[in-house]
Amino acid sequence: MSATEQIEQAIPTGTWTADTVHSGITFEVPYAVATFRGEVPAFEASLVDGTLTGVAQIASLTVKDENLHAHLTSPEFFDAERHPEVTFVSSEIRRDGDSVELPGELTIKGITRPATLAGTITGPAVDHLGATRVGLHLQTTVDRTQFGMTFNMPLPNGEPALSNDVTLKAELTLVGQEA
Amino acid sequence: MNVLAISGSLRADSHNTALLRALREEAPSGVEIELWDGLREIPPYDADADGAPGPATVESLRSLVRDADAVFFATPEYNSSIPGALKNALDWASRPIATNAFRNKPVAVIGSSAGAFGGVWAAAELRKVLGAMGARVADAELAVGHAAEKIDESGCLVDDDVRQSLRDALATLVAVTSPSTNLVAA
Repeated sequence: MSATEQIEQAIPTGTWTADTVHSGITFEVPYAVATFRGEVPAFEASLVDGTLTGVAQIASLTVKDENLHAHLTSPEFFDAERHPEVTFVSSEIRRDGDSVELPGELTIKGITRPATLAGTITGPAVDHLGATRVGLHLQTTVDRTQFGMTFNMPLPNGEPALSNDVTLKAELTLVGQEA
Repeated sequence: MNVLAISGSLRADSHNTALLRALREEAPSGVEIELWDGLREIPPYDADADGAPGPATVESLRSLVRDADAVFFATPEYNSSIPGALKNALDWASRPIATNAFRNKPVAVIGSSAGAFGGVWAAAELRKVLGAMGARVADAELAVGHAAEKIDESGCLVDDDVRQSLRDALATLVAVTSPSTNLVAA
């Protein structure tokens, strides 16, 4: 294995924190014939010695209708009053070239279940101000009913309007912190 | 703890209102039950009149709900669903939806009927409506069938099993209302 290949296989060491302006936490859920999307803009994420930790404030959730925001943050969905945070903590990072898998624990609505974020890693690369950045482009699909979100409505054909499977996406730009 | 009790019936000798009076008798120390009697005064919902403030009777209901720690409903069943007057009052109370008085409010729903099924369909629909409004719907269920056999002519609940079920339903609501019982991860 050459030196270059060794670098490509490496997991970034040290402390990296998310540049939240250039990062995003979003979700997608099939709804009727289309896909409903939302974003949780208030979050923090860090990669410390090979462990990725993310905490998102669910009350900051943005969708295109304030009534939908009210419903999504109500007890029928995230119950932001009692469970204000969604968290993920990785237990391991597996890298194969540009591909990464991060098994860990996902907590939504106070319920913690195993989940694996999978996707790609880019960098490290030095930006125009001299900071070193790593990109993580991750997603996982979870069954929302496993996290206490069972709301649905039947369509005229009898099928449920809202999918139980929800895709969570984390597009993270992590900036290396000086030791 | 202050629990607002709302009957879905306007009838003077209502079985559901009688159940709520019994609930008040069965309330443990520290739990006050206030029986709301303003349902008849709520006007038909009209978006044109839905300003700030809304009609005085509506604002009174919203204020009572806001000030209550929890709300306990007893509803009859009309045509397999919620009585119109009750649904109408909730339609007013749910406005504006994003900040309405029922948002995150712990609620419990029971029902009764003269027939065998105790109003289970109306209760289920009422729970659905309250959930859509953003309420915290407690997992309390009580369907009192053949209500006329359990409530005497003076409106007194004379069935000990139903009284126990009322205590259980109220205990479930109180537990949901106390946040410390709900912060443990499932």
